[in-house]
Parts: sequence; structure tokens; C-alpha cells
Amino acid sequence: MFDFSVVTNWIHAQLTAVMPVGLAVFLECVVIGICLLLMYVVVAIIMIYMERKVCAAFQCRLGPNRVGPAGTVQVICDVFKMLTKEIIIIRHADKFLYNLAPYIVIIASVLAFSCIPINKGMEILDFNVGVLFLIAASSIGVVGILLAGWSSNNKYSLIGAMRSGAQMISYELSIGLSILTIVVLTDTMQFSEIVERQADGWFIFKGHIPALIAFIIYLIAGNAEVNRGPFDLPEAESELTAGYHTEYSGMHFGLFYVAEFVNLFIISAIAATIFLGGWMPLHIPGLDGFNTVMDYIPGFVWFFGKAFFVVLLLMWIKWTFPRLRIDQILTLEWKYLVPIGLVNLLLMVVVVVFKLHF
Amino acid sequence: MITLDLIVFTVLALFITVSAVLAVTTKRILRAATYLLFVLFGTAGIYFQLNYSFLGAVQLLIYAGGITVLYVFSILLTSSEGDKAEKLKGYKLVIGLIATVAALGICLFIMLKNPFVPSNFEHGELDVRTIGHALMGTGKDGYVLPFEVISILLLACIVGGIMIARKR
Repeated sequence: MFDFSVVTNWIHAQLTAVMPVGLAVFLECVVIGICLLLMYVVVAIIMIYMERKVCAAFQCRLGPNRVGPAGTVQVICDVFKMLTKEIIIIRHADKFLYNLAPYIVIIASVLAFSCIPINKGMEILDFNVGVLFLIAASSIGVVGILLAGWSSNNKYSLIGAMRSGAQMISYELSIGLSILTIVVLTDTMQFSEIVERQADGWFIFKGHIPALIAFIIYLIAGNAEVNRGPFDLPEAESELTAGYHTEYSGMHFGLFYVAEFVNLFIISAIAATIFLGGWMPLHIPGLDGFNTVMDYIPGFVWFFGKAFFVVLLLMWIKWTFPRLRIDQILTLEWKYLVPIGLVNLLLMVVVVVFKLHF
Repeated sequence: MITLDLIVFTVLALFITVSAVLAVTTKRILRAATYLLFVLFGTAGIYFQLNYSFLGAVQLLIYAGGITVLYVFSILLTSSEGDKAEKLKGYKLVIGLIATVAALGICLFIMLKNPFVPSNFEHGELDVRTIGHALMGTGKDGYVLPFEVISILLLACIVGGIMIARKR
């Protein structure tokens, strides 16, 4: 497998040869930040294009097909349109909080995005409490949504924000429990280490029944966490116009929109990392020839392949099922998913203690 | 000697101080909550600078992601947009000033009198396993009793909350 840290170490060595270490580290941080934001935007554009095409396929339409080959330039044009639009300022609204809210949402999203390992040696934030940090970073987004709803001075926005807050806080619990199930199996919380442990089989195979249950719970809760799919209550068009971002225009709306899509990607990428092996190729113990062939496919291809496969699954759910009511959403979480998740965690502990996993 | 560490610390410290002052001087309660969120972010940043990523993540998770959300939620449910804090008058102002000066005095006294031991901090992250064993250990340096006591306290809070909410 190609180790990307060879490249980063070489750059670091070249930089420290001509300047002090502090300056070199600072320059590297700036470059990495720019690369991170660029990748964020590119992922967002791909996700929006994919959403429109998948949605069209499920509704027996063609989707965007005029601008560029198969409509690929359409989303880029949309981004420029959004950038040039006027940002409307609401009268009698708290302007400071109103302008701040989209940035809190996007900061939370970028922080979570930077935790994901893309290739061997290519992870930006790799703490040994990586899983905990990811959950912490993604929990900040709720504050942004609540502030957006409150400061818009609009009842629809406020109701949307309250629903969103209740929903996201509840479903964070299920996400945490299902990730914890895998942490019990791996006994580490560092993402690079979690991926390394899957060299002899992905966790969804190694952990068999409890891992599979955790994966399904994670997919349901993840869809609810990013306010999508059958759980898009916060922005139920028929009841609340557009929920918490009704009053936002131009790029401020764009930031919410982009954050929503990249959050969907982050949820899928984490699912791919902890259940499907991240950048680790498909290895079957015993078949060495097959494993060597698989190793020739680069890690980031595996990672993006798996992540976008999970994205497709989630989009499939979104465009297939009708929307739930708010009481049904909370019942599903507190009366079904959390108890199942707790029992599943116990089951995983039993499996690990008696070494019943592969 | 100006190092990168020093610059980062100065930026974080300024950020925390300015946010903290703004949090108490603003008149709108939701803005105060937002500035408090910034203070907590800055504190988490200092923990990360010290390479103690566990405490930083916990700070983000519990304070920024949990308690501030709770504050914002309760403000959303109880107050309307027009609500502004009244100016303090008369004896309240005097009491407030005395309390502030006293607190400042105590903090300064402790900070200036305390003989700080030379830092013997080892750089590098602390292993999660060590933290876990310390937190759940029953031995000499184990914290299992406080841990369990806090969990009982939380259980009591949940039961109490349900009792208050369910009272008809």
C-alpha cells in the first residue's frame, strides 16, 4: 500500500532545511487548511450533482443534462450564481447572531470532515481520542441551527430549529452507541488504528451479528442526524416553508446547503471507515494472491468508493420513504433505537469477552 | 523569544478574555450564551495546545455541545426576542462591584502567591487506556467512587426532572 506520509515527511524535511521549525509548521498548517477547504468544496459539488441525478433516477426523470457533458457543469454554475446573490438583512433580527449562525454550522462540519482518514498516512486530525473528538465536533452544529432559527425572527424558522435541535440531540445518542459498539471490538478510538485493525477483514464481517445491527442503527440515526431522508422534519416544505434557513439568502443559505450535503458525506465516510474498512482493501485471510491484487488499488479509491456507496444507500432511503411525524421520529429513537443499541452494545461485549468474533 | 506556541497561546488567551468580557457586558441573553460558547471553544483550544486532546474533546462535547445547547434551548423556550437585561441600579450595583473585586482579588492573590513548580509536562498525547484505567480504577489513584457518585447524582436529576415535568 502506498503510504502518503512519505510525501508529507519529505515536504517537512525540505521546509525545515531552509527555515525554522515554527515557521515551517505554520506554513504547513496553512497549506493543509487550504487543501482541506478545497476538498470540502469539491466533495460538496460532487454530492449535490449526485443528489440531483439519484433523485431524478428515482423519479423517472433525467436530472440536469444541459450544461456540460451530462450536466456536470450545472452545479458549478449554481455555486457561482449563489455567490453573486444578494445577502438580505432582516429587520428586527439580531444581526450578529443571524450572520454568525451559518459559520458555526460550517465550522462544526469542517472540524468533523478533517477527522476522516482518506489514505494510509493521509489523515489530518488523528488524535488517539479521534472518535470522541468527531462526536464532539459534530455536536456543535446544533448550536448554529438553533441560533439561525431564533435570530431569523420568524415563527417557521423557530419551529424548524426546535424540531431540528430535538431530533439531532436525540439521534446523537444512537450514533454514539453504535460507534461505541465498534470501539469495544477494536479497543482503540484512533481512526488510523481502527482502519489498520481491519487488515484481516472489515469489522462488519469480523463483528458479524452485533456489528451488522450497529451498522443498520448507524445508518438510520445518521440519516436523522443530518436532517435528511424520511427525517427531514426541520425543513418540511409543506408545513414550515424551509425550516431554520427560511430567511437566509445568497451564500449564507449556500453555507447551510453545503454543510448539509457534506455532513451526509461525513456520516457515510465514518460508516465506511469504522464498518467497511476505510481505505483498507478487501482482504480475505488465506487468499494471499487475491489480497496482493487488491493492494494494487490505491487506498483513496477504496475509501471514496465505499463512502459514496453508503451515500447512495442513504439517498435511496431518502427518495423512497415518506416523511415521518415529529412524535414518530422521537418514538423511533427513544423507544426503539436506543434500547436496541444498548442491548447490542452488551451483546458486543459478550462477543468480545468470549472471543466469538473472527 | 517568540515561538509558535507563544503566539498561539496569546491569540487563544485574547480570544477567551474578549469573549468573556463581552459575555457579561452584552444586554441580550442569547448573545451572552453565544459568547460563553466562544469562551468554551477557546478553553478547549488551550487543552489541545497542551496536547491533552481527551480533555479538549470532552470540553467540546460536554460544555460546547451539551450545556450551551441546553442554555440556548431553555432561552428559546422561555424568552422572546425583545427581552433585554435591565441596567443594575442602587445597592445591586454596589453588591455586584464588591463581588467582582473580591473574586478578582482572590484569583490574583492565589496566582501571585502560588509557587508554581517547574513544568515537568511530557509532550505527546496521553493514552486513552491510562485515562480509562484511572477513571474506573479501584486502587490508590482510582476514581471509581466519585464516578459512581456522579452517576447517581445524574440519575436523581433525571428522576427529578420527570417528576417536575409530569406533575399535573
